[in-house]
Amino acid sequence: MMYVVGTLILVFIIVIVVQIGNITEVAARLRGEKQAEHDKNEFNARMMILFMVGFLVYSVASAIYYAPYMLGYGPNILPTQHARDIMQLFNVTLFFTGIVFILTQIMLFWFAYKYRAKEGRVALYMPHDNKLEVVWTLIPAVVMAILVVFGLMVWNDTMSDVSTEAESVGLVTGKDNEYIEIEATGMQFAWTLRHPGMDGKIGEKYYKAITPTNQVGQVWDDPKNIDDIILDELVLPVNTTIRARITSRDVLHNFDIPHFFVKMDAVPGMPTYFKFTPDMTTEQYREHLSQYPEWNVPADPDEPDGPKRWEEFNFELACAELCGKSHYSMRKIVRVVTAEEYNAWLLANEEKSLYLTEIRGTEEDPFLDKATLTIEKRIADRKAADQAPSDDPTPATPEVEEDAAAPAPAPAPETPEAPVDAPEQEEAGQ
Amino acid sequence: MADLKHNDEFLIEEVKFADVMEDGFHDHHHGDKYQSNFITHYIFSQDHKMIAKQFLITGMFWGVIGGLMSLVFRLQLGFPEASLAWLKPILGKWIVVSDGVGTLDPQFYYALVTMHGTILVFFVLTAGLSGTFSNLLIPLQLGARDMASPLLNMLSYWFFFLAGAIMFASLFLSTGPFSGGWTAYPPLSGLPQASSGSGAGMTMWILSLVFFVVSVLLGGINYITTVLNLRTKGMSLWRMPLTIWAFFITAILGLLSFPVLVSGLFLVMCDRELGTSFFLNEIFVGGQALEQVGGSPILYQHLFWFLGHPEVYIIILPAMGLVSEVLAVNSRKPIFGYQAMVLSILAIAFLSFIVWAHHMFMAGVNPFISNIFVIFTLIIAVPSAVKVFNWIATLYGGNIRFNPGMLFAIGFVSLFISGGLTGIFLGNSAIDIPMHDTYFVVAHFHIVMGVAAFFGMFAGVYHWFPKMYGRFMNDTLGKIHFWGTMIGAYAVFWPMHYLGMAGVPRRYYSFTTFDFSSQFAETNQFITIAAIITFGFQIIFIVNFFYSIFYGKKQTTRNPYGATTLEWTTPINAGHGNWPGGIPAVHRGAYDYGKGGREYIPQIEPVSDEEKLFDEEHAH
Ligand code: HEM
Ligand SMILES: [Cu+2]
Ligand SMILES: [Cu+2]
Repeated sequence: MMYVVGTLILVFIIVIVVQIGNITEVAARLRGEKQAEHDKNEFNARMMILFMVGFLVYSVASAIYYAPYMLGYGPNILPTQHARDIMQLFNVTLFFTGIVFILTQIMLFWFAYKYRAKEGRVALYMPHDNKLEVVWTLIPAVVMAILVVFGLMVWNDTMSDVSTEAESVGLVTGKDNEYIEIEATGMQFAWTLRHPGMDGKIGEKYYKAITPTNQVGQVWDDPKNIDDIILDELVLPVNTTIRARITSRDVLHNFDIPHFFVKMDAVPGMPTYFKFTPDMTTEQYREHLSQYPEWNVPADPDEPDGPKRWEEFNFELACAELCGKSHYSMRKIVRVVTAEEYNAWLLANEEKSLYLTEIRGTEEDPFLDKATLTIEKRIADRKAADQAPSDDPTPATPEVEEDAAAPAPAPAPETPEAPVDAPEQEEAGQ
Repeated sequence: MADLKHNDEFLIEEVKFADVMEDGFHDHHHGDKYQSNFITHYIFSQDHKMIAKQFLITGMFWGVIGGLMSLVFRLQLGFPEASLAWLKPILGKWIVVSDGVGTLDPQFYYALVTMHGTILVFFVLTAGLSGTFSNLLIPLQLGARDMASPLLNMLSYWFFFLAGAIMFASLFLSTGPFSGGWTAYPPLSGLPQASSGSGAGMTMWILSLVFFVVSVLLGGINYITTVLNLRTKGMSLWRMPLTIWAFFITAILGLLSFPVLVSGLFLVMCDRELGTSFFLNEIFVGGQALEQVGGSPILYQHLFWFLGHPEVYIIILPAMGLVSEVLAVNSRKPIFGYQAMVLSILAIAFLSFIVWAHHMFMAGVNPFISNIFVIFTLIIAVPSAVKVFNWIATLYGGNIRFNPGMLFAIGFVSLFISGGLTGIFLGNSAIDIPMHDTYFVVAHFHIVMGVAAFFGMFAGVYHWFPKMYGRFMNDTLGKIHFWGTMIGAYAVFWPMHYLGMAGVPRRYYSFTTFDFSSQFAETNQFITIAAIITFGFQIIFIVNFFYSIFYGKKQTTRNPYGATTLEWTTPINAGHGNWPGGIPAVHRGAYDYGKGGREYIPQIEPVSDEEKLFDEEHAH
């Protein structure tokens, strides 16, 4: 039925269109060819001006309207230095291209209007003008040169790797040359995030070692894997260099944190890297947003008394390379916290390492013969220490702030005594 | 400054030309022999004019299909809550109905996006545009009886047809058509386990594109040969209209780049069928670890974009050529800076081969390499800018007739400016970090390539319609079509810049998974409504087109626009061989408009002594 109606409407439209065509042709004949031609030119010439004005107003007004939504404008300040550098480059580019855009659009439509056909006028004979052409070749060339130089400076700064002296760490100490290396593995259809643990080193992985519990294929006889933690959300310390190691286990994905201007493909079989330093915590960012009325509305319109939008704000990790039917849903939260919070978080989560929760004590465990590993001893000691000071009535979880304020505990843990030679990877997964 | 005298001897309206190139064409009777029956005239025709129409109408068919597909997925994006149950009779199981609410299956959403891109880029804007106008205009504007090889020309169309038939058939596969994006990056495209569209759908997609490339190559060789060998007497390269330059260079680009695509697709095929690992490495998919190791998906991207970037110029150069010609004719002025226009086409064509990795800044290639590609990419902006300035200068001081072709040509320039400028952002790799694979890119390429190329095509269709059918398309409908499309196209694509600048990734089935992308529900509705309306304006064009073929205003004079070029010296509804007598010889370039007070001087008119004096006066 609907289709019948649809077809009828279509036929109706076609008839109307044909009729408009016929009528205008008849009308033109009545007015005389010349007059019709004249009317047509006048109409379209005016439309050119109308369109030009409308278009320029639309482009500027829409930019103003959308400013509060765009990253780097309005409330959406950029919490990494490289993003702010890029934004500056963006704005410089916008300045130059904006001038060109406005001038050329105006000239185009203005000339079209001004030089509309008039009877008896002969067009200007102007086949070329070498001087003019040199000028308008050189000006863009110079502008491009400026943009290239500026752009490449930003690019090479942003994409440089961590320095060779830099050291990847687990706990943050605030030293200059330290960074945290986290790993993101793309898979259909989720990111699996891996934290290197206290040793700050990500353990080996091998795709044939992948099992339903061991989603990225950690190789257990690599001792660096013992403390690696699989995360539900990415927890990062503020003002610390993060080196994201990005991999994929199936098809291409792209590690995309829009607010940080972080974006890099995840390629199966070849790790890629992106280095960035968030300099605002999620809390700070929320507080910043709370100053803006548009963020002071309920997050859920159906719940007027619920939390405000800014309270619910989170940095988000997405996928920006088509990877299949649920590509649009690979969401993980990125939580930036203070260094103290981060250290506390790490200590509290150490025992959640995949090895300890899933492998330790099973037949897959290459260290079955060791009664206790360093990591286990460390965790036990810490628990005991937490229990001991009984002046605190609520021992609670180690996540309490007070713990975090303490000087970074546990000096860099020594790796557990383990075979040094390369692990026999093939066997690991079986 | 003396005005040049009118020289009636060479009036195009005269059937006899004073100076012709006799090629003995009409001495034998082969010329009209194979037109004698319906099949050889309308179907397996070897007449370039008929083949051009075949390309055009097939392209229009695909344009409608591809456009409708975009409306379906735009409905999903603009109105994710609305029920699409009414589409169930057409889309069948791809509409999942629960509680009476029909939703588009995500897998099929991606299939639609992929088909839309493939169809528009290859079938409409490559075959439909370059195929139509290269065929129509190369022989007509150069003074040739036909293409160098009419047979290859016919095969070129039929390979295109075959490619289309295969692609069309793949729409009905139970696993769905290919759904990995028009770029078809492996491993997604290489592994049936990774996506149901990568099974039979991908096999047919590859097959279709291989036939398509055969079509492009057969056409391309023909165009190049014809331009190089079949120009009429006096038609030196530097006297060719810009249309021909554009088609000529486009054909060369296609010839050099499309085979690289085929090699890439061939290797994907090997990975799929033969267990090789050109693009596969350490993959665990569908619960299974594959044996293939050592390949690199990035290698495919190099092969793809080595075609892909020239391809965008394969699409836009013909449009530029058509627009240059239409602008000059209707401004009644020489195209400004003819030589600079040709040189910038050459520069763009050359540079287009060394910028491909600007699509791969974020692909995991060594960031150092990107430096080189940034430099070359931004250099392309220079010849592009020169072209824009020259078009605008062509309007300056003109006597502009706003027929529909001219309107679309002016619209083209506006779009090319808007979309080209965002290329300068994207070409700077640092800015590409936030912009890559967002709606900013979608806005960029739809404006600069998608819509602009369509405008070039419309300009061409309206302008040369009389050359194809001996009638005119209706002016008023053309005017409505133009203004509706111009406003509509900007309404659809302009806001997408802002989505991109907010970080919204492209190729998302739904924007509500993420907080940062879920704030644009109204914008997306606006875009969808604008897209539907804009599509509606295309119906006007289609009706106008087919109605005018039969009932349009008749062309009564040979040279209705007062143009200088050779196609207007042929009779109305010229038969096979184009010129009933000898082929007119050429004595000048294609852009003598307004020279010495004469409205136009056709290319067939010799340079008089008086004019030589005039040229000397204006030499400095
Ligand atoms: C000033 C000249 C131009 C520059 C500097 C430029 C630059 C770029 C860059 C860097 C990208 C990649 C963006 C990304 O994926 O992150 C891109 C995408 C694209 N450009 Fe341009 N562009 C220019 C003009 C054109 C023209 C004239 C066309 C076509 C006629 C075009 C068509 C495209 C297409 C189709 C894509 C998207 C491909 C895809 O990912 O599906 N560009 N452009
Ligand atoms: Cu994805
Ligand atoms: Cu490109």
